[in-house]
Parts: sequence; C-alpha cells; structure tokens
Amino acid sequence: MTRVIAEQDYTNIAQDLLARAKNHGATAADVMVADGETLSVQVRMGAVDRLTKAREKRLGLRVFFGQRSASASTSDFSRDSLERFVGETCALAQAVVEDPVSGLPEPGQFATDFPELNIHDATKLQTDQQIDLALRAERAAFAADSRITNSEGGECDSSSGRIILANSHGFVGQYANSSFSLSVSPIASDAAGMQRDYWYGVNRAFAKLDSPEAIGQEATRRTVRKLGARKVSTCRVPVIFDPEVAGSLLSHLCSALSGYALYKGASFLVGQLGQQIAPDFVTIYDDGRMPGGLGTRPFDGEGLPTRKQAMVERGRLASYILDTYSGKKLGLPSTGNAARSIGESPSAGPTNFYMVPGTTTPEQILASVKQGLYVTDLIGFGINMVTGDYSRGASGFWIENGELAYPVEEITIAGNLKQMYANIETIGTDLVFRGRIASPTVKLAEMTLAGN
Amino acid sequence: MSNNESGALARFGVTDREIEQALGRVKVSTVDYADLYFEYCQSESVSMEEGIVKRATKSVGQGVGVRATAGEKTGFAYSDELTPKDLNIAADTARYIANSAQGTVPVPVTHRPALARNLYPHDRANIEVATRDRVTLLNAIDAEARRYDPRIKNVMAAYNTEYKVMLVATSDGVMVGDIQPLSRLQVTCIAEENGNRQVGTFGGGGRIGLEYFQNDQRYLQFAREAAREAILNLSAVDAPAGVMPVVLGGGWPGILLHEAIGHGLEADFNRKKTSAFSNLLGKKVASEVCTIVDDGTLPFRRGSLNVDDEGTPSSRTVLIERGILRGYITDKLNARLMGIPLTGNGRRESYQSVVLPRMTNTFMLAGESDPKDIIKSVKKGLYAVSFGGGQVDITNGKFVFSASEAYLIEDGQITRPVNGATLIGSGPDILKQVSMVGHDLKLDEGIGTCGKDGQSVPVGVGLPTIRIDEITVGGTKA
Repeated sequence: MTRVIAEQDYTNIAQDLLARAKNHGATAADVMVADGETLSVQVRMGAVDRLTKAREKRLGLRVFFGQRSASASTSDFSRDSLERFVGETCALAQAVVEDPVSGLPEPGQFATDFPELNIHDATKLQTDQQIDLALRAERAAFAADSRITNSEGGECDSSSGRIILANSHGFVGQYANSSFSLSVSPIASDAAGMQRDYWYGVNRAFAKLDSPEAIGQEATRRTVRKLGARKVSTCRVPVIFDPEVAGSLLSHLCSALSGYALYKGASFLVGQLGQQIAPDFVTIYDDGRMPGGLGTRPFDGEGLPTRKQAMVERGRLASYILDTYSGKKLGLPSTGNAARSIGESPSAGPTNFYMVPGTTTPEQILASVKQGLYVTDLIGFGINMVTGDYSRGASGFWIENGELAYPVEEITIAGNLKQMYANIETIGTDLVFRGRIASPTVKLAEMTLAGN
Repeated sequence: MSNNESGALARFGVTDREIEQALGRVKVSTVDYADLYFEYCQSESVSMEEGIVKRATKSVGQGVGVRATAGEKTGFAYSDELTPKDLNIAADTARYIANSAQGTVPVPVTHRPALARNLYPHDRANIEVATRDRVTLLNAIDAEARRYDPRIKNVMAAYNTEYKVMLVATSDGVMVGDIQPLSRLQVTCIAEENGNRQVGTFGGGGRIGLEYFQNDQRYLQFAREAAREAILNLSAVDAPAGVMPVVLGGGWPGILLHEAIGHGLEADFNRKKTSAFSNLLGKKVASEVCTIVDDGTLPFRRGSLNVDDEGTPSSRTVLIERGILRGYITDKLNARLMGIPLTGNGRRESYQSVVLPRMTNTFMLAGESDPKDIIKSVKKGLYAVSFGGGQVDITNGKFVFSASEAYLIEDGQITRPVNGATLIGSGPDILKQVSMVGHDLKLDEGIGTCGKDGQSVPVGVGLPTIRIDEITVGGTKA
C-alpha cells in the first residue's frame, strides 16, 4: 500500500492544528503525528500461515485552556473532520476541572540537538524475503532436535514509522525509526506431555538481526530442556533469574519509579529517592540516546531532550522516571522520560533501561548454589505495586550442587520487591539488549517457592 | 439501529457495488473465504485523582480490514482510508497468499435483516453522555470513598465508554452490521495507616450506558467496595505457601475457568494440536459437578455480541457437561478446517487485527451446595473472593490467577485476611479437584479484558462458590 505523502505535509498539518486550537481559544497545545507501515509474516509447519500488511497514521492533539486540558486522537486527516476534531477537543478541555500543575514544559527546555542515533534503517524487505526468513527459522528449530514435533510457528516482522511533535511554544521535532524481528516457537513432546518455548531477535537495523538458524536452534534448546518438568516441594531457597526474566524485575522497578505511581502513593518506592534500595554493586542506567537502542529517541513525548542517567547508583536510588507533570507533583524537574501514546496526555516511562553487568559469569553463579531454583519463565500478574508484594507462576530448573538437575513447573515464587532488590546477591556478566529493558543474570539470596 | 447496515454503510461512505467489487477482487477460486470488515469506533475516557477530574481523552478511528483464507493460510491487510482505491489495494494484498491474479467477478451480497433479538439496545445519548455528567459522578465517588474511612488517602476513578459500529461483508454473500456500546467504571483506593499502604479496587460495566451506574446509586457502591478492600488489606497477614484446599467465591473468580480451560478450548490451538486439551473431546476433564458454558447471548453483558466479527450470531456453547469435554469455541476458519460446528466466537480487537476464536462470557452453572457448607467443609485453607489477572501456557496447561482479596479458613471459619497470592495449577487436572459447587451462580461485574496474540477483547466470567480440594497457593509463608 504505497501512498506517498510528502514529509512536509504532517508538519503542516500539525502547525495547522495548533493554529486552529488557538482560534478556538486554547492558550497552549501540542500535536503528535505518527505514521508507519508494517509487514508481518507468520509461517507454521513449513507453510505461510498469516500475512498482514498495513500502513497507518494517527494524530493526537492536546489543548490547554489555562489549566484545564484534554487530549484526543483521530485517524481521519480530512480537512472538515480536523476542524470538527479540534472543536470537540477544545470543548472537552473546558468540561474538566482546573489542575494547577498542568501545562507544557517551559520554553527553553526543548531539545535543540538531533544527533544521528541509528534508529532508522531504510531497508525494505520483500514479502517473499520475510517468508523465507521465517521458514528458515522454523526449519532450523525442527532440525535441531527430533523431539520437536509441532510448532506455534515462525514470525518475521518489519516496520518503519515516523513521529512528529509540535507545540505552541514553537517546538517542532521529528524522527523516523524502524524495527526488524524474527522469532520461532517450537513445541517438543514426549510421553509426559508437550512443552513450548520460543526465541527471538529484534533490531532496528536489518543487518544486525540474528540469523534465522541461530534463532531456531536457540528456540529448540530452550524448549526441549523443559521436557519432563515436575513440581518440587515448598521451600525457601536462593533463586537465579536468567537474563530474560531478570529483565522483568527491572520492568517492575520502572513501574515503581514512575512519577505518576509515586505522587499517587501507588508505589512501594514512595519517598525512597537518595536511599539505599539495593547492595552497592547494583548500578542501573536509563539511556535514551544509546545508538541503535530499541528505546532510543532524540526527544521525549513532550519534546524534551533524552539523555543517559543513573537511576540506581551503587545501590542508591538516584532518580525517579519523570515527565514534566509528575515531576512538578514531586517538586522535581522532568528527567526527559515523557512517554506518549497518540492522543493521550504524557506518562513517564523508561527509554533503554539496564543493569550494569557484574564480574561473575552465569556459570560461576550457578556453581555457587547448592540447592535452589533457576527461573527461565514467569507467568501471571501477581504483583502489587503499592506494597511490592510479589507472587508469580514460575518454571525453570532445580539446581543441585551447582548444576541444573531437572526441569520444574507449576510452582510459584513469592517475596516482596523491595526486599528482593535488597537481596540481590550476584550480577552476571551477560548483558545483551533484546528490548528496551535489559539485565544480566541475577541471583537473589532467598525467596519462597510454593509447590507440593 | 441495532443492525441497520444501510445506516452503517452511509457512515463509511462506501456503496454496495464497491464492496461487491472488492470482494470479487479478493475471492478468487483458490480463496476459500474472504471478508471486508468496516469499523468506526469512538472512545472517551474521563479520570479523576486527588479529588479532581483532570483528564479527559477522546479517540476516533475508522478503517477497513480485508481478509482472505485459503486452506490454513490467511492473508490480511487494513487501511484507515476507505476509498475504492484503498479497498482494492487491501484486497490485492490479502489475496497474495492465493498466488492468483485478481478476481473480476463481483461477489453479490445481501443485507441480512436485523436479528429479532438485540442484546444491548441503547440510546446513543446515554452512551455519549456529557463530560460534565461524568465529572459529577467521579466527584461523588471520591467523596464517598473518603467518607467510608479517613484512612483512605487517595481515590482514583476512571469512566470509559466506547461506541463501535461494525459492518462485515462476506464472500458467503451476506452483509451484517452491529452497534456495540461498552462502558466501564473503575475505582481504586489507597489506604494508609502507620506507614502501611494498601490498595483496593472495584469496577464494573457492560454494553450499557451511564444510567446503569446511576441506578440505585451503584457508582457509590463501587466507591465503598474499593475503599472496603483497601482498608481490609491494612490488616492482612502473609499468605500461606503450598498445596491446600481453596474455596472460590462467586463471580469474578470465574477467571479460573477462563484461564484453566477456556483458552485451551479455543479451536485454533486444538486444530494445531498445541493445546493441552487436544484430543480430549468426549473425555473426562472435570468432576461431575462441573458444567461450563460460553454464552455470548446474555443481555447487556460485557462479553456479549449480537453477531461475532464474521457476522455469525453469537450462541451458547456447552464446553464441559458434567465433567465431560463437549466442545470447542470456533470461528469460520477453524470450524471449516476441523469440520466442527460454528459457534459465533470469531472476534477481533479492531479492523487492524485478524479474527481469532475467542471467549465471550464463560461460566460454570450453579450446583446444589449451600455456600456456607462449602466454607465449613474446610479445616485449613484459603477463601479467595477477588482476583487480579491470570495467564495460561496453552501447551503444558499450567495457569495462574492472582487473588487480591482472600482470607484464611481455619476449622471451617473465615478468619484473617491475607496478602495477595498467585494460585497455580494445571488446566486439564484442576477441575477434577472441584468437589462442591454452590447454588449461588454469580456473573462478574463487567471488567474483564482478555489478551491473545496481542489483541484485547472484552469478556465476562462467572462462577458459583466452589471448593477445590487441592491447588498450590503461592504465598510467602512456607
């Protein structure tokens, strides 16, 4: 679906909307426009299963009438619709209550430098090329082990898009990004039943995407090792999180550090800024300008410059994750972390958020555990962000004398996130970015495991 | 208009002729089935926190999704432009899987007359109420929650409405439309006492409008319930860890059924034989006291549909009858490939997503036990009445769901509240552990959203009070 629209058009539409909002009496406004195209290919058992192709666009408008504000979004860019859209958004703003903290960032704070961040690769993949990649990944998964008997399929996606942000303080910024991903989800079976796992690669540059063979083989390795999984008895033991699930511990930290959760009293880290929340060998960064990063962008959802900052420095909580609004509520400046869905007011979220690797290899960490659990999968939503209480379904491996003894499933691990961060005992050397949030292997001193 | 297609068509600005041509272009001989799905959706949200209604958002979107299926293959494209040219481009993209030149013979479609039933007749004005009416409602909620107990330190509430118009034209030759309203009110309270901070939530809604929440001042009830749960949790003790009997209260704890068996009975997983329930049709998968249905025909319920997103009227499907697995829930693709009945469960999040077999309202029928006797039967265990979310691994059948309000049962008596804990079990086994089913079937309040393959759709669940003899409770107190 090729509909070429000159790049300039969207900047013009944005400026036009700002002018119309002003005509309706708005005292300030900002506009975000996103447009992109995606091609998604799913194959299964050696044949095409689903092909999805689309091009889409959407714009969001936020208006202020003094300290009242409202946001709206539409996919209809026709002139008449936009006039009605601006009118309705302005009416909405006048129906809500004044919020003394609301407003755009101050002039002078906006991003002025737009360095090359390597987040856009113009490579255009052909449909057949993506089908071939997905088929190769699935084929490699099957070839790697005869116990792979079925498959949820392979998937190869490519997408590219543009973001344009403009506001009534005169800020206009835009950037393009791209994403290429390849994954496969094989199913292994034996007399005891079936197990499924998956593996994936994702990159902003097509050339840096892992090979379909490497992805297929890793998917199979992760799947067949789960065969024969059993329950273990309820106990308290050391728990090692593999890098994939260790990343989820950092995601929970991001949620707890969000300015919105903090000012509402809905985070277990309220009032902890500057306090020691983890051992002194724990350092965590958020870096919005990491070249090629999946969370990288030159400016945030309000137009403020992104940057690299320590969030936890030698165990001390060094920064919250803030946009302008949540920052003001807490008496702090924005950290350039405004996240923005089209047509919503900003929230606060991480960019590239990662734990600095330690000096112990994953093998050494495993060897340090006499009896314990090595977790590779977590399911469920058993996390209370207000109290930090944590209880999730887990599967992985039982550790006996420093080695993976056998696979385990149908157990839970429970604790409290605040204590869990304090209980980090060792950090691995194995940091790899496979998403916006990344962690090396992490070992916690002890958690409650519920099973038989 | 419940099913007034011509009205809907006028909104989309597309003629019958253009639809028939686009269908003809995609429905070539090697394509088994094709459809065009038009959608207009307007959603509005107003939210309140710290005693002020400070956020209002509105979203409007429309577009068309064009789909072709050939054997097991699906080709799909969507567009937010509805010109004949865009329809044709989407049709050509969807046809890619058929390896065939474009069709030239238009597919005639007949407007299907409105169904006699309309499960959610509505007055549009009641769905799209003035923002200030919502503001009034949210302000009253804040006051009521704080009045309930001075330890309530913050109240957050959001009122969301959605007004969706859909129209689907299929290569079977029918065209059918529906208007699907949806509203939801959610209240969250934070209580604080001596540095101990706890949260409580309550919400509800359905395919209804503002008056539902205003009737009997139901919105104030929501506020009190959220406040009550937050205050209750101030005195919660650590949850136990290990295998024990668990009594589930009625209503929302029915999420057990959704996770433990519902997903595993969706036809796509069974066609691919990737479900732990594959090949179990006709086999015993639950105790004899369990009969479970999926029913999309309940008036005004959040999971209900007049017709599914392929134009098939929704229905009531018996999944498990007295412990025996009876049926799967299907969409057209999977019903055709498996040679099993079409149940009207083909659903999609929007025009931007493909149809998948999905649940509607899934619940267990009432049994004969007195709920009081069920509690009394437990010497040491857990009584769980409210839950957060759940998740399942379809392939090995392991599922979890997390309690947000639960109590210890000691010697047949409900004693102390405990902190939230995740329950974990195995889908094909857990319902064999159900030994008592209460006579008090209750449907949930209308808050459920189900995620599958990245698509969210509204669903309902329901359950009478039941006793599960053994399940693993994931507390911290080993």
